[in-house]
Amino acid sequence: MTHNLGLLASWQRVLKRELLLAYRQRNDILTPLIFFIIVISLFPLGVGPEPEILRTIAPGVIWVAALLATLLSLARLFNNELHDGTLEQLLLTPQPASVLVFAKIVSHWLTTGLPLVLISPLLALSLDMSSTALIYTMLTLLLGTPILSLIGAIGAALTLGLRGGGVLLALLILPLYIPVLIFSTGAIIAASNGFSAEGHLSLIGAYLIITLIFAPWVTSYALRVSLD
Amino acid sequence: MLQANALAAERGGQRLFSDVSFSLKDGDLLHLSGSNGSGKTTLLRMLCGLTLPVNGDISWQQKNIESNRDAFNADLLYIGHRHGMHSDLNALENLQLSTQQLSNSTMVFSALEEVGLSHHLNKPLRLLSQGQQRRVALARLLLESRKLWILDEPLAALDVDAVEWFSQRLAKHLENGGMAIVTTHQEASFISHVSINVVLGS
Repeated sequence: MTHNLGLLASWQRVLKRELLLAYRQRNDILTPLIFFIIVISLFPLGVGPEPEILRTIAPGVIWVAALLATLLSLARLFNNELHDGTLEQLLLTPQPASVLVFAKIVSHWLTTGLPLVLISPLLALSLDMSSTALIYTMLTLLLGTPILSLIGAIGAALTLGLRGGGVLLALLILPLYIPVLIFSTGAIIAASNGFSAEGHLSLIGAYLIITLIFAPWVTSYALRVSLD
Repeated sequence: MLQANALAAERGGQRLFSDVSFSLKDGDLLHLSGSNGSGKTTLLRMLCGLTLPVNGDISWQQKNIESNRDAFNADLLYIGHRHGMHSDLNALENLQLSTQQLSNSTMVFSALEEVGLSHHLNKPLRLLSQGQQRRVALARLLLESRKLWILDEPLAALDVDAVEWFSQRLAKHLENGGMAIVTTHQEASFISHVSINVVLGS
């Protein structure tokens, strides 16, 4: 009558469930995106409408806002699951927990990182970025935001259920986010000054591959420790 | 066969229990009792592999559960005192998108009918009562054919009819050669099937 699911089917099932949950909790999902838009729109007002200055600070502003918006979204990654007991069930499946954790991370990126990538051209225009800079902003966000979700998952799992976990989470993962910030803004600045951004992009790509390999595994291990 | 050997647990530096040993064979029902705070939930989580024992070891079919986690999980069904259901999804979605088993909507529907919830299919779980949520969680017993059931207070918040239904379902599971470990503070007819009693804190 019943049989255990294959690995891929389980993976798809977790992803589907996570996306359905995200849809049901869409107010929570929109918070990071709105935060991202507000922070960036405030800069022209605060700094003054000097196109020169805005263009100079734009890569940094967009990327710092993306970092903080992701940080804001991490608290809900495992918290509800901890309280309703579904996290225990996730660790008790016959499939390797890291694969299912990876589905959760993918869903987190689809609902947090991807919206930032899609809205970024609009915000880049409000900061008077050139078309080259705009393209590279999108490209670095597309490569970089998955890294933010992957590393963020490790931090969220480690600080799960801790009081004051929010501050600890920031202290834990922001140092790991800094390479993404440096290489991404570096790529945008290089490209908009007419230099090659290939070196920066390769480094972000390498960082993405490393985190793709290790983060789901480390996260599932951290979850086991946090649930013990 | 599930074998527990000299298990001990600590919480916050304090010894909860020590030297708990038993072995559970096909068709056995273990009833775990003890006062509040004696470590019943800790022991159940330990038997699932969620909490590591301070001392002792647990083996399933002669293999340590730590090193054979995936194979053990394929035989295990655990329902904790937290239901393990998403409160923003309805009963149908919760059971259909469960990570544990593949079941089509007809099977899920008939399972929900059997636990008496066919009228509340489209309500998110948070709108159902505690007892109804527990019934949804227990519907998993019908959908997943697992050899070992570990149930933490399965009767909490259930009404008389549901308790009776559960007792019958459990008896059938044991008849078919299944094993179960259950804690409860309530009177129920399945107590007559208990073959091993473990009392903590004595």
